[in-house]
Amino acid sequence: MRYLPLLPLAVAWEAAPRLGLVSPDVLPPVSAVLRAWLRLLQDGDLAVHGLSSLQNLAAGLALGIVVGVALGVSMAWYSPVEILINPLIRVLYPLPRSALIPVMILWFGLGAASKIAAVFLGCLLPVVMGAFNGARGVEQVLIWSALAAGAKRREVLWEVVLPAAMPEILAGVRNALALSFILLVAAELITSQRGMGYLISSFGEGGAYDAMFAAVLTVSAVGFFADRLYLLLMGLALRWRG
Amino acid sequence: MTSGIFFHDVSHTYRPPHGRPVLALERVSLEVREREFLALLGPSGCGKSTLLYLLGGFLPIEVGGITVAGKPIAGPGSDRGIVFQNFALYPWKTVRQNILYGLEKQKRPRAERERRARELIELVHLRGFENSYPAQLSGGMKQRVAIARTLAVDPAILLMDEPFGALDAQTRALMHEELLAIIGRTPKTVVFVTHDVREAVYLADRVAVMSARPGRIKEIVDTTFAGAKGPEIARTSEFAEKVEHLWGLVRGEAILAQERREP
Repeated sequence: MRYLPLLPLAVAWEAAPRLGLVSPDVLPPVSAVLRAWLRLLQDGDLAVHGLSSLQNLAAGLALGIVVGVALGVSMAWYSPVEILINPLIRVLYPLPRSALIPVMILWFGLGAASKIAAVFLGCLLPVVMGAFNGARGVEQVLIWSALAAGAKRREVLWEVVLPAAMPEILAGVRNALALSFILLVAAELITSQRGMGYLISSFGEGGAYDAMFAAVLTVSAVGFFADRLYLLLMGLALRWRG
Repeated sequence: MTSGIFFHDVSHTYRPPHGRPVLALERVSLEVREREFLALLGPSGCGKSTLLYLLGGFLPIEVGGITVAGKPIAGPGSDRGIVFQNFALYPWKTVRQNILYGLEKQKRPRAERERRARELIELVHLRGFENSYPAQLSGGMKQRVAIARTLAVDPAILLMDEPFGALDAQTRALMHEELLAIIGRTPKTVVFVTHDVREAVYLADRVAVMSARPGRIKEIVDTTFAGAKGPEIARTSEFAEKVEHLWGLVRGEAILAQERREP
């Protein structure tokens, strides 16, 4: 129901180029875009490039989550780590993540590695911040209770600090998920031979605008459903919050 | 060999991350006898919780010493269970999982853990709520889970840090009865921190009154009454006299504590 207003928007999109309000070259009607989308699906283009993008996205994101949680929690748990890492984060925080893409290409080449690295770096900060704030905010009495029950320090980290920080970690990961789409497509747009960003830029350069729009809409739809799915899983994982 | 607790000339300085260090406890010496219920009574900020945390092994003992059964404290241990005012339950664990946690740490056999958890759920009247999360429980129920979790590993010493302070008056009165019943069944040494005079007199065998900061033991008052503990005790004139006497001691300290807070 909430997405009902999209319907008149789609009608307007269809009508505008057909009525000559805008040139079909600039905005192909939505029906043409849908036809192009079906063609891409049948050709297998969508599968090949979509899968390639998803693989790099998943690899970068997974790496970002693992390293980010480890870094964030250790910063909160061992103060030397915080003293070392915190200034770095403060300096890097205002940097637009996409500015790092050329650097990643320089270091990791034109292939998948530079895309994964760009996604990884983009995802790292929100995850680190979530894990750090979450772990630092753990109530002292929860830790004391575990120690009094006979838990060792390392056990407290896994059994108390990590689960207690989970709501903030998962919120950080949600931000990272959104960023990962932006960074991956941006990296693929700059230079690549595969992936949705490559598809978008090559259709754009070749003048196949209906297919270009189809690819853009696909990325947007996948991003949307990924976020919905994530929220669902997050709600399940945090169902204890009542 | 006694398994009593000795505080010997314990001083403690609280060092906030910003601002000047504060002397929280000054040369506190105190004995808690085996299987005694001792209440630490004093105005807020007098260091009574700090004294409890030192005994729990959560804070380093810098000046003086604390021994339990003749041995100096070296960190937290499962011989000293603690119950906090705000329950300190693991919100991501169910009632049952919270109670099982300590038993798992003690590496007891699985069947025994399950049996013990069931026993404790019965003991604190939480049957039917085994699989509820703390967020779904009332304050009184949460504190019953916390007590069950602490009792599960059967510590010889029970530390209670204003455990009923966050509960409404009716629930608190019920919890008093339950606590006395539980301790009656499995006798323990209890150190109970409170600022509630009636609560201290009602529950404790002895009440140690602490002075305003820096905390010192001002007086120790015997609060045992002839006959069994029970709600009737609270209606006797003897009870009223003890409350009156202790209130007199605490009142002055509370006023001092308040004046000191104003710059």
